[in-house]
Amino acid sequence: MDKDINIKVKVWRQNGPNEKGHFETYALEKISQGSSFLEMLDILNEQLINEGKEPVVFDHDCREGICGMCSLYINGHPHGPDTGITTCQLHMRRFNDGDTITVEPWRSAGFPIIKDLMVDRTAFDKIIQAGGYISVNTGGIPDANAIPIPRDDAEMAMDAAACIGCGACVAACKNGSAMLFVSAKVSQFALLPQGRVEAARRAKSMVAKMDELGFGNCTNTGACEVECPKNISISNIARLNREFLKAKFRD
Amino acid sequence: MNKLDAKIPKGPLAEKWTNYKNHQKLVNPANKRRLDIIVVGTGLAGASAAASLGEMGFKVHNFCIQDSPRRAHSIAAQGGINAAKNYPNDGDSVYRLFYDTIKGGDYRAREANVYRLAEVSNSIIDQCVAQGVPFAREYGGLLDNRSFGGAQVSRTFYARGQTGQQLLLGAYSALSRAIHKKQVELYTRYEMVDLVIIDGRARGIIARNLVTGKLERFAAHAVVIATGGYGNTFFLSTNAMTSNGSAAWQCYKKGAYFANPCMAQIHPTCIPVHGEFQSKLTLMSESLRNDGRIWVPKKLEDAEAIREGKLKPTQIKEEDRDYYLERRYPAFGNLVPRDVASRAAKERCDAGYGVGNTGLAVYLDFADAIERLGRDVVEARYGNLFQMYEKIVDDNPYETPMMIYPAIHYTMGGIWVDYELMTSIPGLFAIGEANFSDHGANRLGASALMQGLADGYFVLPYTIQNYLADQINVPRFKTDAPEFAQAEKEINDRIERLMNIKGKHSVDHIHKELGHIMWDFVGMGRDAEGLKGAIEKLQALKKDFWTNLRIPGNKETLNVELEKALRLADFIEIGELMAHDALDREESCGGHFRLEHQTPEGEALRHDDQFAYVSCWEYQGEEKAPVMFKEPLEYEFVERQQRNYKS
Repeated sequence: MDKDINIKVKVWRQNGPNEKGHFETYALEKISQGSSFLEMLDILNEQLINEGKEPVVFDHDCREGICGMCSLYINGHPHGPDTGITTCQLHMRRFNDGDTITVEPWRSAGFPIIKDLMVDRTAFDKIIQAGGYISVNTGGIPDANAIPIPRDDAEMAMDAAACIGCGACVAACKNGSAMLFVSAKVSQFALLPQGRVEAARRAKSMVAKMDELGFGNCTNTGACEVECPKNISISNIARLNREFLKAKFRD
Repeated sequence: MNKLDAKIPKGPLAEKWTNYKNHQKLVNPANKRRLDIIVVGTGLAGASAAASLGEMGFKVHNFCIQDSPRRAHSIAAQGGINAAKNYPNDGDSVYRLFYDTIKGGDYRAREANVYRLAEVSNSIIDQCVAQGVPFAREYGGLLDNRSFGGAQVSRTFYARGQTGQQLLLGAYSALSRAIHKKQVELYTRYEMVDLVIIDGRARGIIARNLVTGKLERFAAHAVVIATGGYGNTFFLSTNAMTSNGSAAWQCYKKGAYFANPCMAQIHPTCIPVHGEFQSKLTLMSESLRNDGRIWVPKKLEDAEAIREGKLKPTQIKEEDRDYYLERRYPAFGNLVPRDVASRAAKERCDAGYGVGNTGLAVYLDFADAIERLGRDVVEARYGNLFQMYEKIVDDNPYETPMMIYPAIHYTMGGIWVDYELMTSIPGLFAIGEANFSDHGANRLGASALMQGLADGYFVLPYTIQNYLADQINVPRFKTDAPEFAQAEKEINDRIERLMNIKGKHSVDHIHKELGHIMWDFVGMGRDAEGLKGAIEKLQALKKDFWTNLRIPGNKETLNVELEKALRLADFIEIGELMAHDALDREESCGGHFRLEHQTPEGEALRHDDQFAYVSCWEYQGEEKAPVMFKEPLEYEFVERQQRNYKS
């Protein structure tokens, strides 16, 4: 049964990308365990506004675990202590009366801080723009059933396509690597006949862009897979490596 | 000039779109390069339009309120997308999809628009497959279909429970490619704050850079609004937190007609509100009603004991349960349409039979299904939904009934557009949920994705050329024109005014009050007295907002509270227009239910003789009542009938 709990939140405050940040601790009383983590932050912000202070800035949008906008490093885990969900689906019943909860932004060279807990993830868009697509224009397309695709391949492509682009993999990685994100997109298309045509070019250009944008290398620690809210498998990274090597051999 | 000319092409229904395309004006490739188009929004409609127009050679400027186009709320759609492919060989056709959509909309949509929607639906599926969207497939490798409400055929394509996500990522990938090729310029974390009109034509926008807080000017030969619906007027809805009606409202205030504002869809199966600090509502798929039975206690004292936590639902005896949908609608039972199921739940809760700690919930019980089918079958069908419910509510739906309650989900109303998707302002277009056109008074499941992509991929890229063909000699605009300066000054003054209120209430505090007024009086059951009272309450709330609001921080910086305040100022006014429209429409149709207008059995009672029109509202200025014009809905091809779910 959900209770009301009293907690402290230790939140990273940083006024801008080039300012020095610091932790600020706030006490919150009578937080319903039935409220979500972001609702708890809403309550904190309401409290701060009523005290004439500036609310904590954090990214969030759909609040149903699919848009990938919410982030937050909570008690040392991207998207908090629960598994297989995003921060917006994390609920306060995961915490106990008297807890101090530490809330930080994603920390990675690839994701500069904008303000407080909000980071800039446009690097992910740039990686997709470098080749994360199948080059078809609108219109003039053959019938959707013209190419049969084995069901298992379609299912595996869907597993990879479930990535929400939140960046938890990068935040979890000690190297700040974006390999899980890149490999999910490369895998989705590599598994489908429509995507094979450009597979080599795609793998090379996405990896090159990832390197250029300051993301680190993969050393197979597997932290990304553990923290991924959508359970994207690191077998996708193995597939990316195969695709990348194949492409390089062909050069 | 008659602004309300819908410009429906002549000819038989099935030939209208072809005739239009055969005779419309086009823009040649060299001229396309000289024409700029602003697209506001990056959801299914906005992203698909921006990508398609960019590929064609226009110079596109695309604005996104989030940090990436992939976040747009189209991503949250679960069920699927309709198309008339007839792959299952079960008798589907373009005409049937058209007919089901017209009927589902309770005969309040335009025939020609809906037919076109059905006509282009098949191309959408082809397009998405070519983009690499991993739709569900059969073992033979061909595409799978499932059935959805309001249809007798299986025409819904799906990608697990994440169809919206996969379609949006498809459109996002097309958009990303166009950005890479410099066909589209993308602006993320920007919000449109006003429309700029020069010599009667839409020529640009003022947008606020949400990171710097600065106002910036953007000029173009045409402006496309793809900013979704205004469901967040109700504060609690299934919409995302930034979903708002402000872009549409700015267009309305600049002269665009707002059509059928009262037509909003309330979805019956959402996870109930748990407390005053709830920020949004989560939808549980409609498919649950296939096997779940909806009930509340028969006795008031049982309901009370449950609310106080003294009694568990499993302790209520069978004879003390009221399966009210099965009782009231024996023929359809728990599978009545969304609007009917929603109203019935509200009726029981209002009468004091609601459960949960707030009393605003009903049970959706799977005990019978588990007994009949076995837990394994139920788990295979609904396992992911049960798990999601358990994460949020911390109850195990295999052992105790789920609790559900209706929530605002989608707005059928929106900016008025003609057949070309152009608003009453020349050069201003509206696509996707932002326009009013295709769903009438009620949208069928799996049709929102279809309409967004139809508009963006296959309709607007044609029709916008018919407008731009006249604009090829118009040079690129400079943003130092006095009209830009004026618009920027006005929005700057508005922001100043907001910052200077320095009152005592947060934006959310006032937004919650708005939500209560809307839900109580402009929600599922409306009557004249309640609506009149709501208009007065909303006017008082507007005063309260402009005198008691508190926004911390500064205007020229990242300021989330200021962003929310700008949107809320518009939501309050949108709410008032919804109430005006609901008051004017003295009939019940689809999602709009007037308590005074129901059949003896409690069904929605249309008055086709008086209300077979689109209500088109025109802004008259601050503190002045809006004026309504009617676009008659003449049905040439379909006969209107009364919907019946009892027998």
